[in-house]
Amino acid sequence: MSAALLIDIVLWGSVIAVGFIAYQKGQAVLTSSLREGTWDFIGIVPRIALGVVGSGYIAAVIPQEIITGWLGPNSGWLGVATAVVAGAATPGGPVVGFSIGAVALKAGGGSPQVLAYVIAWALFAFQRLLLWEIPFMPARFVWFRAAVSIPFPFLAAAIAMAIGKP
Amino acid sequence: MQDQPIKAPADDAAEAEPRRKRRKPIGWSMISIGVLVAVSAVLVYRRDGIGGVLDILMHDVTLFGGILPRVLAGCLLGAFIAEILPHDKVSRALGPSSGLKGLLIGAAFGAILPGGPFTAYPVASALLTVGADFGATIAMVVSWTLIGYGRAVAWELPIMGVDFTLWRIVISLPLPILAGALGRFVYVRMYPRGDDE
Repeated sequence: MSAALLIDIVLWGSVIAVGFIAYQKGQAVLTSSLREGTWDFIGIVPRIALGVVGSGYIAAVIPQEIITGWLGPNSGWLGVATAVVAGAATPGGPVVGFSIGAVALKAGGGSPQVLAYVIAWALFAFQRLLLWEIPFMPARFVWFRAAVSIPFPFLAAAIAMAIGKP
Repeated sequence: MQDQPIKAPADDAAEAEPRRKRRKPIGWSMISIGVLVAVSAVLVYRRDGIGGVLDILMHDVTLFGGILPRVLAGCLLGAFIAEILPHDKVSRALGPSSGLKGLLIGAAFGAILPGGPFTAYPVASALLTVGADFGATIAMVVSWTLIGYGRAVAWELPIMGVDFTLWRIVISLPLPILAGALGRFVYVRMYPRGDDE
């Protein structure tokens, strides 16, 4: 997959670039940040193992028909609200939310509702919060960020209704 | 970023010696996900038998193996950024009084950041450590999730189609700034004494 390869190149290129800057600031800066980054990595691996290996099971038992049924075109603001809840309840990972969104669109789901669903999923899928964001960031920041994000799927749906797109 | 850390005076390096708190190996978040995974695995077993359980396991272990090197890259990126970005300049550019410009810088940074959650969160955490405030960091994280090209190009375009994806991104454009501004607005009222993490 060429997109993935490109992302890897950009990613490691960035690591090497900032590593070089650290090296220019001194050998000690380089080694201490290498040590710090490696320890972060070691600490994070068990959580990611659980999250990635486990998310397949969670996705397999979440009934997709129920979620898509919530997103009907005439569901209005109640539909948007349920879309936000459904987005938060959908497992993380790069694919699940988009797949359900695509199914909902094909099944005649309303665009604003599907938009709200995809944005809510991107902003606060519970599994991504618990497994990626909390391990790396202060928990207080994560809850704060999720809380202030709550209005925005609704705002996006409102914009979509106003301009009649997508 | 727009600063040039290379030219920073040598004592910057000594001063910017941020030590992130070592996180606990097992927390409640991991336990709750573990329970959820175990329950789901049992449900899959009862529905599809051991074959279904093993199929998912094989697929996800392969996925995990592919992600691991990127997680390492993300951790290193975060650690380097925490070390090389000069504290005072970051506080000025992304700190509590950086205004709209700070939110814009945070959002732009999130939009261009390569990689997935394995880069975004370590880097965001590093920014917090070196003096960015919650508002600018929220703008960065929200911008990464909503506008970042990685997930959109690799997954959203093929699955959701061009029309939906482009409109979704256009509608999302103002959201990181608004989220950061709201975050800042609420934060100074919740923690008026500048309670720092």
